[in-house]
Amino acid sequence: MSERSTQPLKARGVSVALDGRPVLRQVDLDVSAGEFVALLGANGSGKSTFVRAATGLVPMSSGTVELFGTPLDRFRDRHRLGYVPQRSRAVAGVPATVHEVVMSGRLAHRRLLGWSTKADAAAVTAAISRVGLPDRTRSSLSELSGGQQQRVLIARALASEAELLVMDEPTAGVDHDNQESLAELLGGLVHEGTSVLLVAHELGPLRPLIDRAIVLHSGEVAYEGPCEGLVGEDHAHVHMHTGQPPVPEGLTGEGVWR
Amino acid sequence: MTEMLSYEFMQRALIAAVFTGLAAPAIGTFLVQRRLALLGDGIGHVALTGVALGLLTNVAPVLTAIVVAIIGAIIIELLRMFGRTSGDVALAMLFYGGISGGVLLINLAGESAATLNTFLFGSITTVSNSDLVVVALLAVLVIGLAVGLSPQLFAVCQDEEHAQVSGVPVRVYSILIAVLAAVTITVAMRTVGLLLVSALMVVPVAASQQLTRSFRTTHLAAMAIGLFAAVGGVVSSYQINTQPGPTIVLLALAVFAVAALFGAAARRVRGRRHPVDFARGDI
Ligand SMILES: Nc1ncnc2c1ncn2[C@@H]1O[C@H](COP(=O)(O)OP(=O)(O)OP(=O)(O)O)[C@@H](O)[C@H]1O
Ligand SMILES: [Mg+2]
Repeated sequence: MSERSTQPLKARGVSVALDGRPVLRQVDLDVSAGEFVALLGANGSGKSTFVRAATGLVPMSSGTVELFGTPLDRFRDRHRLGYVPQRSRAVAGVPATVHEVVMSGRLAHRRLLGWSTKADAAAVTAAISRVGLPDRTRSSLSELSGGQQQRVLIARALASEAELLVMDEPTAGVDHDNQESLAELLGGLVHEGTSVLLVAHELGPLRPLIDRAIVLHSGEVAYEGPCEGLVGEDHAHVHMHTGQPPVPEGLTGEGVWR
Repeated sequence: MTEMLSYEFMQRALIAAVFTGLAAPAIGTFLVQRRLALLGDGIGHVALTGVALGLLTNVAPVLTAIVVAIIGAIIIELLRMFGRTSGDVALAMLFYGGISGGVLLINLAGESAATLNTFLFGSITTVSNSDLVVVALLAVLVIGLAVGLSPQLFAVCQDEEHAQVSGVPVRVYSILIAVLAAVTITVAMRTVGLLLVSALMVVPVAASQQLTRSFRTTHLAAMAIGLFAAVGGVVSSYQINTQPGPTIVLLALAVFAVAALFGAAARRVRGRRHPVDFARGDI
């Protein structure tokens, strides 16, 4: 019973309407402790919207989300949650170093008006080396390539030392070798008990890690089960996008958040 | 120099310049980071309506300006959060409403163009002792919060959604940034004037980021540049007998020009010393 109440993510009947248009309909999704769940589906099927609803970024029209047994609106242990948003625009109007951006992943651990501690610095350094960018720590984010910036965002999520990692297409634009290192890294984390909810188009080297796949189709769960079960239409769906470049934000309707 | 310092109005002007020069870039850095560089201008225009309201009702213009500017800042943040208006359109409407309201009310109050001018372009030499106390207190508040809360404000301005997922109360901080900008504008109203206030919030940041890589250095260097421009501007305006506001802003722009040249040169030198290294950072 106590095992159940500490389940990292439990979503029931999640429905979301954006601009009055239903985008998610009655989605149930669980991530158990130490489980690696992949969320798949075509562009616009509602993957990001689900992730955003589950992390409290978009309001749900109905349904419930529990994080670690606590309803989303009462969930305060934010350091247990690491998030990699789907985006191409990581660079803001003022330069910031890799270290500074990754350090913002430690905010949930830090006190208001406090200096960063040794533990913060150690977690940041470790996260940066884990994504293979230790020699770029002091580089400005804008000096990095798109795939390197994506790895910085992964490092920011890792720096929180979270128990549940929610990653929205973290591998978009990351080359094969770095996807393999990411797979190795996530494999290690899952082994240590971290749970992962990963949105992806292309599973690539991550495929062997995945315990369960969920395919969304027009905002509804179309398949749930092991990766091997991704056959027929769903299989075609997942593979349709394999090898395609990520769609620019403006085209998916993601970019409207000013 | 000593002659200049012997005038009490110049002493007050210099002290006001120190506070304004530090406070404006302290909060301006976050506006630039959010790509809301023009927010300061929008609030400045709204503050003009506040000034006019003060003149019309015989209340101290600084007080009415600060109240109206804060209300304007909060409205614009709410529009950005909940409305369907994008940031720049909401800003444009503030510009129009603020300036028309201000001029209209000043007409009604029967004030002359000269009065309007002192608020639009500053009148640092008429700063009184009580003005100075208000300026100093508010500036210390702005600098303290902008520097003290910089990890949170940085996270909100860098990536609002990630900050929210990390448990940062993003809406509270967004409104705080807008309110601090509004406070800064009324602080700087006497020094550089409402029309040029935003320049002191933005130009030092633009200048410092020509030479820096990290947010922290940019932030601190911008405050140093703001301090230099404000104090230097007041001193040179006394010497060459010009209005302080525009002098300060032109000095800041000059620093920007120099920094941009230096930055470009430094990048070229670095490029030559380290020819492109394809493997760097990629494993
Ligand atoms: N801010 C928004 N306002 C209105 N509709 C939106 C908004 N964001 C997304 N949508 C719509 O919601 C649907 C689901 O979008 P979502 O971003 O969740 O898709 P996705 O599965 O993540 O797609 P992708 O693979 O392109 O990332 C799309 O049809 C999209 O048009
Ligand atoms: Mg998406």
